[in-house]
Amino acid sequence: MLNNLPFIVVVILMALGLYALLFKRNLIKIVMGIHVLGSGVDLFLIELGYRTGGIAPIFTMAPRLEMVLPTPQALTLTSIVINLAVVALMLSFIILIYQHYGSIDSKKRRLKG
Amino acid sequence: MILLEHVPLLLIAIPLLTAFATPVLGKVNSFLRNFWIITALISTELMGIWLGHDVLKNGIRVYTLGAKLPGLTSPVGFPIRIILEVDAMNAFIAMIVISIALISFIYCMRFMEWSRNLDKFYTLLLLLLTGMMGLTLTGDFFNMFVFFEIVSISSAGLIAFYVHRGEALEAAFKYMVISSIGALMVLFAVGLLYAQYNLLNMAAIADSIQNSFVDKVVVALLLSAFLLKAGSVPVHMWKPDVYGEAPVPVVVLLITSSLVSLFILFRITFTVFGLIIDTALLGWILAVLGILSIFLGVTMALIQSNLKRLIGYSAIAEIGYVLLGLGSGLIGFPSLSEFGVKAISGGIFHIMNDALDLSLLFLVVGTIIHITGKRDMNQLGGLARHQPSLALLFLIGMSAISGLPPFNGFASKLMIYESVYRFNPFLTIVGVLGSIVMLAIFVKVFVVTFLGIPRRKDIKEVPESMLAMMGILALFIIVIGLFPNLFVDNLITPACQALIHPEKYVEAVL
Amino acid sequence: MNEMSKIVRTVACVLIIPGIVFGLYVILHGHLTPGGGFQGGAVIATIPALFIIAYGEKSRRILNRDIPSLVESLALLTFISLAFLGLSATFFRNFLVNGGFIFGKAIRFGINPGYLNTGGLIPLLNLVVGLEVSAALSLIILIMYFGSKKEVLKDAK
Repeated sequence: MLNNLPFIVVVILMALGLYALLFKRNLIKIVMGIHVLGSGVDLFLIELGYRTGGIAPIFTMAPRLEMVLPTPQALTLTSIVINLAVVALMLSFIILIYQHYGSIDSKKRRLKG
Repeated sequence: MILLEHVPLLLIAIPLLTAFATPVLGKVNSFLRNFWIITALISTELMGIWLGHDVLKNGIRVYTLGAKLPGLTSPVGFPIRIILEVDAMNAFIAMIVISIALISFIYCMRFMEWSRNLDKFYTLLLLLLTGMMGLTLTGDFFNMFVFFEIVSISSAGLIAFYVHRGEALEAAFKYMVISSIGALMVLFAVGLLYAQYNLLNMAAIADSIQNSFVDKVVVALLLSAFLLKAGSVPVHMWKPDVYGEAPVPVVVLLITSSLVSLFILFRITFTVFGLIIDTALLGWILAVLGILSIFLGVTMALIQSNLKRLIGYSAIAEIGYVLLGLGSGLIGFPSLSEFGVKAISGGIFHIMNDALDLSLLFLVVGTIIHITGKRDMNQLGGLARHQPSLALLFLIGMSAISGLPPFNGFASKLMIYESVYRFNPFLTIVGVLGSIVMLAIFVKVFVVTFLGIPRRKDIKEVPESMLAMMGILALFIIVIGLFPNLFVDNLITPACQALIHPEKYVEAVL
Repeated sequence: MNEMSKIVRTVACVLIIPGIVFGLYVILHGHLTPGGGFQGGAVIATIPALFIIAYGEKSRRILNRDIPSLVESLALLTFISLAFLGLSATFFRNFLVNGGFIFGKAIRFGINPGYLNTGGLIPLLNLVVGLEVSAALSLIILIMYFGSKKEVLKDAK
């Protein structure tokens, strides 16, 4: 049970993200939903690479040689950077939409989805 | 020559280099910038053609980044490494992408002449091209995710290019939400695959795959993500908005990007999971989605008056034909009958024709908007009197897209109909009906827009370069329509064989 | 946003140097420790944010959009050119490693005390990425802050 705790957190995060994405009307909350979903996936990737008793995969002054897998961490880093770009882009769209219509409510316009 | 062995990579790297050089050169001089972009794209085009020729002659090419051999320095298993793998199918799609991109860039030079912020526009456009080339040529799942996101981000930026239009912003936001959900699905699927096999390479995964429950989840996730991007029926809602609002050269590249994602879809279903999953079920799902796309595309196109939205809906229907062909081919996979092979080649052939026809129609409509400033067809009329060449080009495009005999749409649709009829006559009937309704719609558009009394006097002239680019597309359409066998034998059949023989794809890497 | 008190403004000015130094530290140790171009660049990009908070509307005079955007494109251009330089063997070939120059000494696999002059091309790439990311993130902050005021702008990326 305790070993599976991170995976349960992943499921909770993804469920929360999907909930925000599907049922919230505020555009900023939709973006938050996407980011939470993305964080869930990132946590899942990180968790994949964990080995019991492993240390961070750095050779500099390492106390021992059992290390966690570095590959999922590299993947996660890439996906964090991409997520950052996506969120920045969407927030700037929201700024412009707000300037244009004076509202960030998705129901007011045909902006579902 | 040393450069030739790097061609698969240069196809991605040269647009990338050009994209980053564009803002710097644009500060110097806009003519220099345009010259540089066109030169780079023409050289990329030549390399693409050379690569296609080479792959057809010498077989699959594998390019490894960072080391000479794909499997080098691995204590256990296959190393995580970026690999580009080009077989006949990849090379075929890459040639389509780069040719359409070249045409739309040259068209762009005059079309966007008076816009602000052109440096950034070209940077994004080139990044979009880079993403598409990467998606086409990559042989690695995580790499695919990265290129998927490059395509999403850059195209969202381009869709919102007309920032003063609120609808464009909304369309871009919608597109971005949908494609980032798709990208997260891809990432999750990649994570699941990595968890099971410790591998990220497509060929290596295809080699070591077992039919576990998690694999089915992975297939479902990847399938829905790429259908989202391709804009087939249950998730088509972004398409008309985006195609209606984006600048026309961007729309042409977006059509190509949705065809590229269809290609990735088939690469995944045939090559990676083809031998283990229940292909009959999957094939039926794809064929039914194709039928629904055709039905919905043409019915919704009937009631549109905005020209770009109308063609956007017919683009959904065209995606439906490709799905129909390849889906019914997938039903019998891997023990394919002759008709299965024919359905698959028809689908692949239709990818090419689709790109040509839709691009031509969109470019003609873009020119109409450019010279009149109106995008609603009820405000237009009698354009044939001012612009007979434009009317002729539109006529060619619409006949090709609705599958009239001497044009290319007929050749590929006939292949699809013939073979799908053997699986299920009902599917064919819906397909034929869809084509007929589409013809009716486009006849209506043609009559309203080009015939009748001219309503407006202030019509600008069409720049020659734009006309020339549309002429080239029309030429291709006619040539393919007149000599379909030439293209089917030399391009489509090798591509189809590459798709239905996954074991060769696997062997080339391992 | 109005400018904040004199204490905050002075401290913001003082923090420029430690901020940049710490960012450069993270960037230059990128090949040895967690960190590298992206993280260090993000550290450097906090400085414009700090300035905007401290000085409010006044910072418009100091912070210019053109310089980060030029730095960004030049850094990206350098990055891709460095990748092209290794093309004699393969793209992104680490052609500096074992070359014996400042970056050129490769070390054995295993635990080591962390020599800085290893890694070949990687520190250079890290440096360029750090420049790129700091410029791009500052640009995003600037555009979002000033863009939300009144100007209609195209997005940074």
